[in-house]
Amino acid sequence: MLTYILRRVLYAIPTLVLITIVSFAIIELPPGDYLSSYVAQLEARGERVSGEELDALKQRYGLGAPIYTRYWKWVTGLVRGDFGVSFEWNRPVSELIYDRLGLTAAIALLSTAFIWAVALPIGIYSATHQYSLSDYIFTFFGFLGVGIPDFLLALVLLWWAWSTFGVNLGGLYPIDYEGQPWTWAKVFEVFKRIWLPMLIIGTSGTAGMIRTMRANLLDELRQPYVITARAKGLKERNVTLKYPVRIALNPFISTVGWMLPGLISGATIVSIVLSLPTNGPMLLKALMSQDMYLAGSFVFLLSALTVVGTLISDILLVLVDPRIRYSGAGSR
Amino acid sequence: MTANAHGMPEGSVVTAHAETEDTIFVASQWQLMWWRFRKHRLANIGATVVILFYIGAIFCEFWAPYDPNTYERNLTFVPPMKVYLHSEGQFHWPPVTYGLVRTRDPETYIITYEEDRSVAYPLRFFVKGDSYRLWGLLDSDRHFFGLGGGEDDQRVYVLGTDRLGRDMFSRIFFGSRISLSIGLLGVFISLVIGIIAGGFSGYLGGVLDEIMQRIIEFLRSIPTIPLWMALSAALPREWSTVQRYFAIVVLLSLIGWTGLARVVRGRFLAIREEDFVMAARLQGANESRIVFRHMLPSFLSYIIASVTLSIPGMILGETSLSFLGLGLRPPTISWGVLLQEAQNLQTVALAPWLLIPALFVVAAILSFNFMGDGLRDAADPYSR
Repeated sequence: MLTYILRRVLYAIPTLVLITIVSFAIIELPPGDYLSSYVAQLEARGERVSGEELDALKQRYGLGAPIYTRYWKWVTGLVRGDFGVSFEWNRPVSELIYDRLGLTAAIALLSTAFIWAVALPIGIYSATHQYSLSDYIFTFFGFLGVGIPDFLLALVLLWWAWSTFGVNLGGLYPIDYEGQPWTWAKVFEVFKRIWLPMLIIGTSGTAGMIRTMRANLLDELRQPYVITARAKGLKERNVTLKYPVRIALNPFISTVGWMLPGLISGATIVSIVLSLPTNGPMLLKALMSQDMYLAGSFVFLLSALTVVGTLISDILLVLVDPRIRYSGAGSR
Repeated sequence: MTANAHGMPEGSVVTAHAETEDTIFVASQWQLMWWRFRKHRLANIGATVVILFYIGAIFCEFWAPYDPNTYERNLTFVPPMKVYLHSEGQFHWPPVTYGLVRTRDPETYIITYEEDRSVAYPLRFFVKGDSYRLWGLLDSDRHFFGLGGGEDDQRVYVLGTDRLGRDMFSRIFFGSRISLSIGLLGVFISLVIGIIAGGFSGYLGGVLDEIMQRIIEFLRSIPTIPLWMALSAALPREWSTVQRYFAIVVLLSLIGWTGLARVVRGRFLAIREEDFVMAARLQGANESRIVFRHMLPSFLSYIIASVTLSIPGMILGETSLSFLGLGLRPPTISWGVLLQEAQNLQTVALAPWLLIPALFVVAAILSFNFMGDGLRDAADPYSR
């Protein structure tokens, strides 16, 4: 068990290294050297940059040095929690990022919980009542949920609430909480509004999950052991819940791994539409103004978040399904 | 996918009674698949809608009543105009529409339009209008419908106009050409990469397979939207619209190929062990003959199905990126570019018809999903 977990963690390390390379490439991608554009920006504002300051900055980012040196500087900075400086905000990236990343993770987690809470009972119901009217209705809504892109759903809901109730559903807290420290009042306000992004981001995942659950359970329900259980006179409720559901649940957990990148992706674009104080709007702004340290760090942290999430789901899967533990093969 | 494209005899468009037991025994694989596909009702609807969409996109100059870039300064944010078959107590054929009177609220400056029922303008079909050149080849000025540009140049906006007074209907049709072609092109590139990568990794196996699997796994673990955003933001701003279009396609395929590569690899692995492959090998067939003559036909259907299922992701990717202002940019027209206009809540509240492109996006995605679902079921006609 422990060796399995250890091996899984070790597996994640090369992935993380690759992610740092991609993120660094993103930082380096825009043509031109960001320091000169930064200096030009400062001078446009009428500020002088002294030669020493310039040298210090050059030193810090290793400009002029070959690319691998710069990469090394950046990566070692990452490990120490130093993500570089956002040129636009003129503050360390790490100061800007954690609040927003926390909220992103919170929304992704809540959406996952929502997806499970909704998809599990509906999936079981659909499978046990195959081809009934409600099964068809759920299937139809499932297809709709997969087909409707979440940001369009957000857009339409926003418009609908605005035009019928005159309420702006955007944002996570009223304007006057902006930049305030996290008090209970603020947390409460967030809880009042976080359900909307949770719902929107969760829809497509829920639809997919219902279909997965239904298919898995249908496969299990046809197994001979179910007939045996039924023949022995077990209550229908126990027949389904005790064995087939438990087995059908395994793929359910392993799908979290592939669901997570989608959730983070969805959270990014939905938060832009709903102007939530999460990573989305800031990432977009950073990209628009070529504030590349900020943007690169976001891409890195979001991907890292996904890797960690997948790792957790893999470990959970082993806890639930002993077969994987013994065969030693990872669940992929 | 039509039946005849696969060398089936003419008139094989099957009616139900053709599926008797005898015909099933002698039917070809494609014939069986076609029968199976025909039974999937949602998939049939999906396929029909997809075909209609592409007909709309290919001939968009003809379907669109106006040039998508001409603007009317006095007709901004016109709501969708009603076309009447019955009004003022009488029936009309051809249907009619009425002119608009524009009033500006003296206090709020909000512009409203009201119908002027005094003159009815009949809708005409195959009218002369803005001239265009279809596919850069055919000059024409015929449009499917319009008002025929009478003396007072009355216009009809069935889906309203945007903030510059451009016809939304025309713009959506022109947009469908870009959005739908990006899906096809992106999937084509993904497929080429996917077949090469997946094929080699599945057929040769070993270390190469292991490396390929790690790469695919890695690419799939990165959240796509942030990555696409970052990469497309790095595209040089001075690039032309055509360059940008192709760059976006390549970006989308950069992730898209992984799914197809997995399908190809999985199929290769499964079929490699089949007896008929062994038989071919024992008879001395060379590798390329085994792959192309024996293996490829038996999993082509799976590939077609998964290609269909990955087109919506491409369309959606382009729409999301353009919507955020990072993908295609005006003057290119795509569904995403059109939706960018609907980003602002106040604008949408005033002109909800700017959200109509979203309906087209959803319809396209759903149809592709339904069609792909049916194809996937049909891909293995010998099952069950």
